[in-house]
Amino acid sequence: MSSSSVLIQFLNGLAGASSLFMVAAGLSLIFGVTRVVNFAHGSLYMLGMYLAVWLAERVGFWAAVPLAAVAVGVIGALAEISVLRRIYKAPELLQLLATFALLLLIKDFALWAWGPEDMLGPRAPGFTGAVEIAGGAFPQYDLLLIILGPVVLGFLYLVLKKTRWGILVRAATEDREMAGALGVNQRWLFTGVFALGALLAGLGGALQIPREPASLNIDLSVISDAFVVVVIGGLGSIPGAFLAALLIAEAKAFCIGLGYSQATLVIEFVIMAAVLVVRPWGLLGRMPVLARPGTAEPPFARPSLRLRWTLAIVAAALALLPVVSGGYTLVLLTDMLIFALFAASLHFIMGPGGMYSFGHAAYFGLGAYAAGMLVLREKFPMELALALAPFAAGFAALVFGWFCVRLSGVYSAMLTLAFAQIAWSAVFQWDALTGGSNGMVGVWPAPWLSSKPAYYFLTLLVCASGIIFLWRMIYSPFGHALRAARDSPLRAEASGIDVRATQWEAFAIAGLAAGVAGALYAFSKGSISPEALGIQRSVDGLVMVMLGGIQTLSGPVWGAALFTWLQDAAARNVDYWRAATGIVILALVLVLPRGVGSLLQARQ
Amino acid sequence: MNMLAVKGLSKSFGGVRAVERVNFSVAAGELLAMIGPNGAGKTTCFNLINGQLRPDAGEIYFEDRKIQGLPPRERCRLGLGRTFQVAATFGSMTASENVAVARLSRERKLGSLFTSFRGSSGKETRALLAQVGMESQADRPCAELAYGDLKRIEFALALAARPRLLLMDEPTAGMASAERGELMRLVADIARRENIAVLFTEHDMDVVFRHADRVIVLADGELIAQGTPAEVRADAQVRRVYLGEEAAHA
Ligand SMILES: Nc1ncnc2c1ncn2[C@@H]1O[C@H](COP(=O)(O)OP(=O)(O)OP(=O)(O)O)[C@@H](O)[C@H]1O
Ligand SMILES: [Mg+2]
Repeated sequence: MSSSSVLIQFLNGLAGASSLFMVAAGLSLIFGVTRVVNFAHGSLYMLGMYLAVWLAERVGFWAAVPLAAVAVGVIGALAEISVLRRIYKAPELLQLLATFALLLLIKDFALWAWGPEDMLGPRAPGFTGAVEIAGGAFPQYDLLLIILGPVVLGFLYLVLKKTRWGILVRAATEDREMAGALGVNQRWLFTGVFALGALLAGLGGALQIPREPASLNIDLSVISDAFVVVVIGGLGSIPGAFLAALLIAEAKAFCIGLGYSQATLVIEFVIMAAVLVVRPWGLLGRMPVLARPGTAEPPFARPSLRLRWTLAIVAAALALLPVVSGGYTLVLLTDMLIFALFAASLHFIMGPGGMYSFGHAAYFGLGAYAAGMLVLREKFPMELALALAPFAAGFAALVFGWFCVRLSGVYSAMLTLAFAQIAWSAVFQWDALTGGSNGMVGVWPAPWLSSKPAYYFLTLLVCASGIIFLWRMIYSPFGHALRAARDSPLRAEASGIDVRATQWEAFAIAGLAAGVAGALYAFSKGSISPEALGIQRSVDGLVMVMLGGIQTLSGPVWGAALFTWLQDAAARNVDYWRAATGIVILALVLVLPRGVGSLLQARQ
Repeated sequence: MNMLAVKGLSKSFGGVRAVERVNFSVAAGELLAMIGPNGAGKTTCFNLINGQLRPDAGEIYFEDRKIQGLPPRERCRLGLGRTFQVAATFGSMTASENVAVARLSRERKLGSLFTSFRGSSGKETRALLAQVGMESQADRPCAELAYGDLKRIEFALALAARPRLLLMDEPTAGMASAERGELMRLVADIARRENIAVLFTEHDMDVVFRHADRVIVLADGELIAQGTPAEVRADAQVRRVYLGEEAAHA
């Protein structure tokens, strides 16, 4: 690269960093005060984009940008008042799920309001030209963005340092009790912070419309970038967010500049790995306050005789079913079995492991894709592909898990989502290997398994064995070590247990099992699309586990069956399935936090 | 022989000097009490010795071997056991499962994926629970136990690792005074019988002076006195910073 193109790439990086910084700063600010990681923050950014495009047609670009930002701020405040305010004292997992539900609702709202097509924004009047820098042309608007990033940083600095409100925000960030003692009206402080954070996200999005069309996929790509930025910079630190946004955006700009645009995904990883090894809480972050003590869950009861009998009878009934029932029921049951295994694998790390995964579909999808690729490209026999594909998923879980177990709680949850998004983009972009957005077709089982009943039996056999293996592991010595690590990491470590290694192993096992489910799924449908590892599938898994109850053994399996059946019945009638899922999650979180299984338990 | 020797140990948090150039040692079979007012740096000292925190400066020798840099789990495997100021047990397990986990960890059998978890009914587990007087509660979930009982379970957990040095951070906190004396007597018996070195902190001076072989006194992170219980009790500075304060509060 010549020195002038180095300069241009550097400036490109700076321009990219500005919007990223605004989202990440909003996320950090909200977390600092409310201790909630807002999974819907990328959705607020997306809303900012759509609103700005929509408004620009009516009031012009320069009025549209601030209006869109303020509107998103107001929406943020409404979300805080109606949902988040109710769950500040709830367990972390439920908080994350609730903001996740908001993400789904906003996505379907945008779909309803603006349709599925991308929306191109106008150019910024007065900034449509280019300036010549070191012999190259550089867009004027990008120069403006470069300036706006530090301006927002400076503005936030002044607000936080010099205003009374800012001082209260900082007090609440450092010490919530103290802020309470200062007579802060916490309710409105929290609402205000949420509104400001949302406004920043909306502003970041609105400013982006001359460079990029508004699209429904932006929310997830932005939130996963923001998560990576926040993990690198340190959650809760605004200067950290700025620094990390610069770092990531520059690294990406240089990858693209050098002609390795695929490497942008890898470079994020490498930077993150390097930072996490040297500074586990991010460049400018501080060690998080440890999770609230005393959250240990009651033991999973050993499977009672009744449960064993129920399961045996269900298994026998399932085995006999093809004799009496037709093709459609078998297809549905095949799905149920596959998702039961998927849910059980997610439950394995969430229940006994105590780790949150918001991207478990990555392993499901990678299992499916690996199976497809082995059969279609490598011409492996189907049986062999089915046996090998899960290891691809397990390997990915090993790599991603290495990062996730180094962080705890919300940090780790953020990473799981970011990784799933990275895996999704890799599959989506890597046309030559994966078929890109079209996916792969013709992934059929071997002839002897191609009839519906035969494939059903295979699925029954594999999924039931998989679930039994997972359940046995929960009660094995390893399962006890895993629960020990969850109940009290310090005690476990002081008793000679390698907490990270134990959790890492569990993560890989869960990935492997999800990969088995994914591979079975690929052959049952005959085709694979990127949706197999999309965020929706991860959400489905979470809902299944929640529906059944995390702290029960068999709950997730019933949850999976129920959910798959509901989805099958409703998907044909409900247009906005995501929003419906979002509402179900909110209902579960707000009304029935311990799952449907808890209703049964309470009655005993 | 010295089981543990600490030289020039220092640790600060931001501006707070929690532990400042502390030196002391503990011999096998010896009960050493570490006393000092709240915030003196006792727990921080324990965290440094146990490997949970990294010292800013200073050296830690375990049986004349430098153990800096080893994570807590490896120190445990060398024979360094600990209990926490706020009892830490595995809340989702029964008392006997807790002890069995610690025991299997020592035997390095916790990695097994497909075998059943046995050992919570094993002889050794029962014996350990009996030793701390918790045999009758063996099958109760830890989450249901009284706080004093949790402290006992944690003691059994620490013993299950067959330590040669035990760090006990306020082992009797949360117990009634009769129970305290009884527990410390138990600790002393076991330590003498099995030649385990014990370093403990304790706010109850009766317990300290009755059971400790030696006492060290920490104030504002610095070691201000050490000696036999009688010597320490007579030390003017100690009386001023600590015992006097106690007397004033009493
Ligand atoms: N993780 C930490 N971060 C910041 N400061 C800390 C941390 N741990 C301890 N401190 C500070 O170090 C000093 C020593 O604390 P430490 O807990 O070691 O005292 P202690 O002697 O165990 O007190 P107590 O008798 O109340 O248990 C205190 O001022 C405390 O506030
Ligand atoms: Mg202490």
